[in-house]
Amino acid sequence: MFWRRRSSNDFAEEIKSHLELEAEELRREGFSEDEARRRARVEFGSVQAARERFSVRNRAVWLENFVRDARFAIRQLLKNPGFSVIAIVVLALGIGATTAIFAFVDAALIKPLPYAAPARLVRITEREAAIPLVNISYLDYLDWNRLNTVLSSMDVFSGQNLLLRTPTGTEPVPAVQVSSGFFRTLGVNPALGRDFYPSEQVPGGPKVVMLSYGAWERRFGRREDVIGMPVMLNGASYSVIGVLPRGFEFALAQSADFWTALQPVSDCEKHRDCHNLYGVGRLKDGVSVQTALANMQSIAQQLERQYPDTNHGRGASVMPLSEAIIGEIRPILLILLAGAGLLLLIACVNVSSLLMVHAERRKREIAVREALGASRSRIAAQLITEVMVLVIAGGLGGLLFAGGAMQVLTLLIAKQAVMTRMPYLLGARLSTHELELAGLLLLLAGIFFSVTPIVHVLTSEVREALTEGGRAASGRFWRHMGKRLVVIELATTVVLLSAAGLLGKSLYRLLHVDVGFQTDHLATLMVRLPQSTFATDAQQVAFGRSLIDRVEHLPGVRSAAATSMLPATCTCNSDWLRIVGRPYNGEHITANERHVSSDFFTTIHATLQAGRYFTDAEDASKPKVVLINRTFAREYFPGEDAVGKILGDPALSPSSLKQIVGVVDDFKDGALDEQQLPSEYIPFNQNPTSEFNLVVRTAQDERSILPLLAATVHELNKDVGVEDGSTMSEVINDSPTANLHRTTAYLVGGFAALALLLSAVGLYGVIAYSVSQRTREIGVRMALGAHRSSVHRMVLGDASRLAAIGIVCGMVSSLAAARLLRGLLFGVRAWDISTFAAVITVLGSAALLASYVPARRAASVNPVDALRTD
Amino acid sequence: MPTQKNPDDRLALLQGTLDLLILKTLALGPTHGQGIARLIQRQSEEVFFVDHGSLYLALQRLEDRKWITAKWGVSENNRKARFYTLTAKGREHLVEKTSEWQRLSRAMGLVLGVVDSPELGGEEA
Repeated sequence: MFWRRRSSNDFAEEIKSHLELEAEELRREGFSEDEARRRARVEFGSVQAARERFSVRNRAVWLENFVRDARFAIRQLLKNPGFSVIAIVVLALGIGATTAIFAFVDAALIKPLPYAAPARLVRITEREAAIPLVNISYLDYLDWNRLNTVLSSMDVFSGQNLLLRTPTGTEPVPAVQVSSGFFRTLGVNPALGRDFYPSEQVPGGPKVVMLSYGAWERRFGRREDVIGMPVMLNGASYSVIGVLPRGFEFALAQSADFWTALQPVSDCEKHRDCHNLYGVGRLKDGVSVQTALANMQSIAQQLERQYPDTNHGRGASVMPLSEAIIGEIRPILLILLAGAGLLLLIACVNVSSLLMVHAERRKREIAVREALGASRSRIAAQLITEVMVLVIAGGLGGLLFAGGAMQVLTLLIAKQAVMTRMPYLLGARLSTHELELAGLLLLLAGIFFSVTPIVHVLTSEVREALTEGGRAASGRFWRHMGKRLVVIELATTVVLLSAAGLLGKSLYRLLHVDVGFQTDHLATLMVRLPQSTFATDAQQVAFGRSLIDRVEHLPGVRSAAATSMLPATCTCNSDWLRIVGRPYNGEHITANERHVSSDFFTTIHATLQAGRYFTDAEDASKPKVVLINRTFAREYFPGEDAVGKILGDPALSPSSLKQIVGVVDDFKDGALDEQQLPSEYIPFNQNPTSEFNLVVRTAQDERSILPLLAATVHELNKDVGVEDGSTMSEVINDSPTANLHRTTAYLVGGFAALALLLSAVGLYGVIAYSVSQRTREIGVRMALGAHRSSVHRMVLGDASRLAAIGIVCGMVSSLAAARLLRGLLFGVRAWDISTFAAVITVLGSAALLASYVPARRAASVNPVDALRTD
Repeated sequence: MPTQKNPDDRLALLQGTLDLLILKTLALGPTHGQGIARLIQRQSEEVFFVDHGSLYLALQRLEDRKWITAKWGVSENNRKARFYTLTAKGREHLVEKTSEWQRLSRAMGLVLGVVDSPELGGEEA
């Protein structure tokens, strides 16, 4: 009970009335007025003491003490603004960075996926020896779904882009086609309307579509009567049957507005060797992922025997859905969390050594208080209160900082293409988990910080502290303690710096990887031809030809070409090949497949190695031709001339045969960090695609031509969709790989910069403290004839020794840390001498700089003054 | 001369007995702090010395336990004073404690009476 039950004024009033009553009685007994008053007062004893005892009884003593301590602590902190501000800011940075990163870790790795019983969901794909994850073909899916005994349901999906008819024209919209049980497998119920019926996924079934919540809001203004409304997609009328719940995301597919039921009508779905789907399944109760994998593998083997032409070497892959979604980001998040944790450690060490110096400075004050009768527990309580005030202020600052940092990071993430695969990162919030973590960290920091002053109080002798200024054993102990802390700090900084160095170098290597073509002055634009108006190859070829012709006549355009996929993006399309005239044992060649127009190679400035490029005239009317890259030639035609050889599909069906007319030097088709694969380039005019990228080499700034390109497309046909107009440099710079590396490198670099700053401050603190403690010793040395330069050297030598120990310890830890980083490194070994040399140089210089100031101060000591100290 | 005893002859109250004395005093009727102190001193034939600080603390304690209630009022000589009244609960407690105390003091008397005599006798011998 901490409240006062009765005011002390009321109590004072009662005592006053007592004294008057007593005096009156005494007067009646015969004392004089004055004597009566005096006696009453004497009889009562100390009025003050009574009042005090009343107060003490009526309040919670510890609370009063705490409030008094807190006030005193705040006064103390205000008296040393430099110390307090540094300590609080350092703590806030450490706590804030850790909490912010943890919020993302929480959102991505800890919170379960937002589906029913997400632990039972698995991703199912096929696999090949060379490629661990490949799509499933529709016919394989039907067999897997029918034969398996481990899944309660299995469904498939694939992303597609549809052209939506809008009042103003056509617009390409992201969509996903799914088998009818998809949402039931995930355990997601529509917010409005109904789910798909099985009858809607058969060829010729009703055309129906479900909307994402976002699409319902944006495109239909949240109208309840949207159910049953017609929507024109790719020229066909679909009726809306349902709206998905708010916040529904499925990270393995794109973030789609429209979800349609998969109707197996396309050519691809009729062929077992056309793989265009991804699978997702729900495990039956009690079935483990391993059991499911074994079952799927045995089905795959059965299919292999049954269909050797199409299923040779194709196995199955089953992994937890959560693993499939977050597997990629997990190491990065954990590395960032580790980085933030190390930063926090440095911050705590720094604050702790600051506190130590602070306590040492106040030794005398504390000794005086103890001599005046303050109990050690009271003094310790007071020091802990100071720590608590610091920690609370640091914690509040840290939460503010975390909030800000998360907003910045969320913005950064939201802009990145790679993060469409990680929508959950955007759900990072400072929720209970994060507050709990921050609280726990603060508690630990508080305990860590409190140890210093308490041990200090317990080990120091009152008399000793009163009589001398720091020559005692305890002073030496603390000086060594400070040095040990600084070594930890420097070692941690080395770890962060070298991690940042390695990641930074990886990023540099990645962005400067030789892509094999000239990336500047290249503008690109994605073009989508609606199936309804461009149903035949001939129509698509004709559009491509006239578009390229028009674009080439635009001012400032040197040349223009079309390609099914941009270079330096991904090797997402592969083809199975066989070389005519070679023995065949079922091992087909897997090659990356691109469809390009005749001027493509000259437009991107690739180099021809042998043979010739194809011409614009080589279309369906001419014999089929193909170009291959150097890797293809080296791997499959070693020591012979590839030009003139004939390739075909594994069955060598006559329509598939094509002659190699040239070999082009390797250039990046896939992501920057991807291995160069054998590639084949098929003439667009012989085998066009309804989606292609326009690639334009310009004389002037390539950015300025982008609007003109889109306008040219629409001039030709306003139903054609265009999107993603960007320059080639942007495509490379903003590629998921580059972004991933950049974000990691920048964040770890930021942590490392902070760590460097903090450890330099820490080293400065320790050296400066040591110098201030040794002023007398230095004075004696100088009085005995030591030269200023030797004092200077002595202090710098001290600092260098600390820095050297710290750096050596740090190097050893860095080697271990670099092994963890390996997966993120590109073109850099974990043990990269130049990076480590740079780290040593940077940290060494910072350490010298930090100790130079105190060394100078030591060297400028006036021996006479120094000896007079104390 | 006034009827005050020499302070040296007075006994400090035993721990815990003050509460009982206050309750007993209030059983005679409501009165204020000064009155309670006087009454205790007078009724103990000036043996007990009531430390006033302790008295008011004890009053506060008894009030908190709801054994007595307090109200500001006017004394017989027209002075403002805080009057304490025994509650039913307090009366119950008083009865209980009084019998406890009587048993205790009787036992103490018996023990002290038995032990004291031979010792005294020894000294006399």
